[in-house]
Order: sequence, then structure tokens, then C-alpha cells
Amino acid sequence: MYCIIVGGGNVGYYLSKDLAAAGHEVLLLEKERQRAARLIEELGEIAVQGDGCEMRVMEEVGFGRADVIVAVTGEDEDNLVVCQMAKRKFGVPRTIARVNSPANEALFAKLGIDTTVSATRIIFNLLEQEIESDEVVPVAALSRGDLEIVQVELSPHSPVAGRRIGEVTMPAGAHIVAIIRQDRGLLPSPDTLLEAGDSVLALVTTARENELVATFGEA
Amino acid sequence: MRAIIVGCGRVGSTLARMLAESGHEVIVVDQTSDAFRRLGRNFTGTRVVGSGTDIDVLRRAGIEQAQVFVSVTDGDNRNIMAAQIARSVFNVGTVLTRIYDPSRAAAYRELGIQTICTTSIAANLMFDLSEGKPVGDLVAQIQAVRTRNGGKTPAVAAR
Repeated sequence: MYCIIVGGGNVGYYLSKDLAAAGHEVLLLEKERQRAARLIEELGEIAVQGDGCEMRVMEEVGFGRADVIVAVTGEDEDNLVVCQMAKRKFGVPRTIARVNSPANEALFAKLGIDTTVSATRIIFNLLEQEIESDEVVPVAALSRGDLEIVQVELSPHSPVAGRRIGEVTMPAGAHIVAIIRQDRGLLPSPDTLLEAGDSVLALVTTARENELVATFGEA
Repeated sequence: MRAIIVGCGRVGSTLARMLAESGHEVIVVDQTSDAFRRLGRNFTGTRVVGSGTDIDVLRRAGIEQAQVFVSVTDGDNRNIMAAQIARSVFNVGTVLTRIYDPSRAAAYRELGIQTICTTSIAANLMFDLSEGKPVGDLVAQIQAVRTRNGGKTPAVAAR
């Protein structure tokens, strides 16, 4: 797989190293000259100095034959333009953008970016999980945001604690996909007994996310 | 007509004053309040401090009732992103964006965004002038900044 990574900050640097170690063909583009020189010295020819938004550079490094473009600069607008140009001008099958402002996740999906990753959102969700039990926390958006995977940590007061999955009435279109119990993942069956402290992962249409609160949360 | 202008540099501030002096409702958005000094004391429009690529800031600026949106910051990608937000999220009727890089301007023009590439415009004009083609009137027309305000708006000389 040929991966082009745009943005030679910490995320781009470690991602390039890991992908190269996993046997993929990797190219890391960094715009800023001094930073690029340091990367070239350390990583060798997989690092290249250039602006990943410039057509000339994109042609030179082979956007046309890339399987995936990953844009991980610190600026959301740069990541957007890199991915859009890759898709529309070079037909790159898969584009992944880092977004710094969580509000931009939905926007990027609307503007044609395949996948977005927001560290801000992930950390926020982790903190929310630490603080609140029985709260439905979005973990990942699928299918351009129409489907979501959400996580609920069951408190001892949850109406479903102590009941079997088969006995729980789920909202239409919602499915339990996994249970995490003491750091181990369980695949659910109708006989699985839900316990307080379990993290329940469910697949749900975004429109019905709120109905899950009534199912799992405190009455 | 309500117009939102993102970026209060030379182009943004000049356009903002021209539109305001023509009686339009103008809202200028810039990340630094310092930039608003270019608008002068008599500017009748509204100044909003914030990022033009932030949906909340644009909503606060009143984009939902805007007929015209112009992004003229010094960053091509920022202009492109702001223009796409105006078009895709808020369905603004007329969306214009200034892009320095000709290839990027062409790419987004193909995607249906009205891009104005000042690099190409200036280079093409200078090319024609160098070859002695008769474009003098056009240059004068483009460059003469209208002086409705009794000549107080700084006019750019034609030559």
C-alpha cells in the first residue's frame, strides 16, 4: 500500500515510522524547510520537503498512484484542501484527515473526506466516560455520520444491570455489538447477563441515540 | 443586501468600505481586532473578531441572513474552507473567494466555487501590456477605486 502523509509534526512522524516498519511504501511531506531537513536526516528518502496543497508537488510525489492520503498538519483548512485535491484531482481512493476542532468532523464528512480523526473529541469522550455513568457517549461516527457507535457504562442503578440481553428492549435500529468487562471484550448473545460496571458498545442510528439513554440510564 | 467579508486586509477592508458606502449591510470578520483599523473611523458596518472558518463565529456574524460571502484572508486554504462552509452549510447565494495559487483556484472553480485568482489576473494583464495589447482602459477601470466618499477613500492610480 502506498501511503502519503502530509504534515511532519509528531503525528506524521510516528505514523510514517510505524507504517514503514509494517512494510508499507510511505512518503512524508513537510512544508517547512528546517523541519523537513531534520526529518530527511532521520528518516531518509521517505521524507520530502514540499507543500502538499501544491499541484506540482502532488504530481511529483505521486498522488496519482497513492492508495491513501493522510493529512495530519496542525491546521484544519490545510488538511481539508489536501484531501479534497487528492480525491478530486488525483482520484485517491481513501483520504483521512486530522481535525483539531471537533465541530469540523461533520463538515469534513459533508465535503467528501472519507475519515476524520479528532484527538480533541477522543480525549473529551474519555473524560466524559470517567465522570459519568449511564451516559451515552459517542465513540465513532460511521457512514458519513448517520450511524454511530456509542458506549454506556452501566451503574448499579441502571435498569438493565442484572438482566439478560435478550430481556432488554432496544430502540428500533439499535444493536449491542460488544460488552467490555474488566478490560476484556465479550461478544453479546441473548443469554449474556449485563452487570454493573460493564461498558456496553452499541450501534445506533444517530437520530435514535437519545432513546438509548432511557434504555440504559437511571430511571 | 447583507455581505459578510472574512479577512480585513487591504482587499477586504477596501471592499467593505465600498459596499458600506453603497448602502449595504457589511459585516467584517478577522482574527485580530487590530486589522479593523484599516476600515477607518467612519466605517458604518459591523466588526466581528474570530476565525472565518469557525461555524459558530460565522453564525454570530449573521451569515444565515447573508446574500453575499467573500473570503479574502491571506491564506488560500482558509479562504477555500470558509467559502465551502458558506456554500454547503449556510447556502449563501453569492460566494466569492480570492486564491493566490492558480492551480488551486482552477481546481476549486471546477468544484463550483467562484474563485478569483489575483495572481493570474495580474500576470495576464501585465503579459498583454508587455506585448503592447490595448488593455489600458480595462486596467484603469479595474484599478480605479471609486471615490464616493468625497475623495477620502484612497484611490489607486491607473499607472
